[in-house]
Amino acid sequence: MLTILFDGIAYGMLLFVLACGLSITLGLMNFVNLAHGAFAMAGGYITVIMMNRYGISFYWCLPAAFFVTALIGVLLERTLYRRLYKSSHLDQVLFSIGLVFMSIAAVDYFMGGQQQLISLPPELRGRFDFFGVGIGRYRLFIIVLCAALTVALQLALTRTRFGSQLRAAVDDGRVARGLGINVSVVFALTFALGSGLAGLGGALGTEILGLDPNFPLKFLIYFMIVVTVGGTSSITGPFVAALLLGIADVAGKYYVPQAGAFIIYGVMIMVLILRPHGLFAREGGR
Amino acid sequence: MITRRIFIAGTMVAALAGTPSFAQDVVKIGLVLPMTGPFASTGRQVEAGVRAYMALHGDTAGGKKIEVVLRDDAGTADQTRRIAQELVVNEGVSMLMGFGLTPLAMSVAPVLNQAKIPAIITSATTSAIMKQSEYFVRTSMAGPQSAVPVATWAVENGLKRVVTLVTDYGPGHDIEKGFTDQFKKEGGEIVEAVRVPLQNPDFAPFLQRVRDAKPDAIFVFVPSGVGSVFMKQFADRGLADAGIKLIATGDVTDDDLLNAIGDPALDVITGHFYSANHDSPENKAYVEQVKKAANNMRPNFMSVGGYDAMHLAYAALEKTGGDTDGTKLVEAMKGMEWTSPRGPISIDPATRDIVQDIYIRKVEKVGDELYNVEFATYEKIKDPFAAQ
Repeated sequence: MLTILFDGIAYGMLLFVLACGLSITLGLMNFVNLAHGAFAMAGGYITVIMMNRYGISFYWCLPAAFFVTALIGVLLERTLYRRLYKSSHLDQVLFSIGLVFMSIAAVDYFMGGQQQLISLPPELRGRFDFFGVGIGRYRLFIIVLCAALTVALQLALTRTRFGSQLRAAVDDGRVARGLGINVSVVFALTFALGSGLAGLGGALGTEILGLDPNFPLKFLIYFMIVVTVGGTSSITGPFVAALLLGIADVAGKYYVPQAGAFIIYGVMIMVLILRPHGLFAREGGR
Repeated sequence: MITRRIFIAGTMVAALAGTPSFAQDVVKIGLVLPMTGPFASTGRQVEAGVRAYMALHGDTAGGKKIEVVLRDDAGTADQTRRIAQELVVNEGVSMLMGFGLTPLAMSVAPVLNQAKIPAIITSATTSAIMKQSEYFVRTSMAGPQSAVPVATWAVENGLKRVVTLVTDYGPGHDIEKGFTDQFKKEGGEIVEAVRVPLQNPDFAPFLQRVRDAKPDAIFVFVPSGVGSVFMKQFADRGLADAGIKLIATGDVTDDDLLNAIGDPALDVITGHFYSANHDSPENKAYVEQVKKAANNMRPNFMSVGGYDAMHLAYAALEKTGGDTDGTKLVEAMKGMEWTSPRGPISIDPATRDIVQDIYIRKVEKVGDELYNVEFATYEKIKDPFAAQ
């Protein structure tokens, strides 16, 4: 029972890291970026290449996945994305889904279509018993890392100067610019942060979720669910939503395996009926 | 509307295919495989098998020069069908070959029935396909062929209480039923039957459920790519330490991925029709050729299906003396027997399906690499569902 709860939390945390970048771009920058999963995939492949081709330790791969993906994010933001900030949502959707297909084809071409596997360092493998609760080491690692990340992120957005600049830039770009905030740099950095987090999530997820060129499409639906259920106004929303969905998904598959795959959608529908704007909606949200 | 379109296309196909092709010295074989998309590894393996056969046995059969026309269907059924039609109408192929998945093979059945052209299935495995057309012949695996001997072996080796875990799609259902029927007949008990969704990100809850059910063993079928993820989580969750044995069909310990799965795969027992480690001169030559031609890739059970499909095509052409009439070719293929790299195999004249030995293997270290080492053989297994 508690093992299921633990697995659910780990899974939810992983979903959160993967999806929170999307909630940043969607909620704060008001950009529908369906290519978010492609950044996660990039992080995963960076880890695979570093570990399997160059034998670099897994712990170094995580920050590398974050920074390299963030860099790719900035590059794309500067060259492609920023042109579409003012476009309609339909254009953004078409553009980013096109990017997804391009990334799938590119990865398939360079890396092949097969599942990519990594071997974790021995201390992260296996599990131990803690007062009768079976705890997977790697899942515990994910929980600790993601919890720390969440706290840091929440503080960064609410307590730092950059956070308030970002919120100002989103609320009213023109006034923010008038106050001397360099809005375009703020957006570029935010986008980089979002893609970097996706990359980190992809790197962490390789072991649990698997990694192949279809990753962005396979998990797009999960990201979207997390963001819709959580609402896009804060970090807390998607965080609670990801935990809720992770636990519901794992528990559902354990207790009613026949219907397991549908539980997550059931939860989404329930939440959206009760709170159409997500769990934590911003009043009069944009 | 669709029926009319199919009718028109069909008559066109039939008309064109009907024109005599005796004069030509080249026999074209249309190879339709998923070369891109999620099932690209299947395509690459089958292609490697086909090319290996041609490299080892030349490109003439029955006095004709063989030419393979490879097309990519990206794993989507409507494309497979369109490509098959184009190959028949525009390229004038005498045989079709390939088909990575059940729905892809199913989709070409109407084309075959109207054009009267044989199609050799190199990969798709469900029992239902063969009934769709008299022109299907199969060299991969017939339904749950590999699962049945695993059930027998399990009971013989004292594994009486088993949980089955299969992926929730056609081949998974076939395998589950094949295993369960045989296992119950031998006196075993199925504690629980778990089906996991095809798009399943995480096996954790299912594995926990299996662990709590405390069976002697878990029988698993998942598609080969997913198998590697499954194996790792199986090891991580400590099911082996809890005394639960892992038995499976060979898809889980796919030769192509086995080394990447690494140590968690050690000691896993699987039943399957091909191992790259199979000890025979045919297999040695074959593995060597594939590795040489395809960048050191190790051939897996998919690629041997392609190799044998080519053998069947060659042998049928020899038998008809180069006559490319589709019905004659299918007749020639029925009852054909030969020694494949996987061991002795034959085509059942009644079902046009493959009859082959199934080997029980254990994953072991051979040198630096992991291999499925065969240690028991169940001879001449047929599709258990075909008789029903």
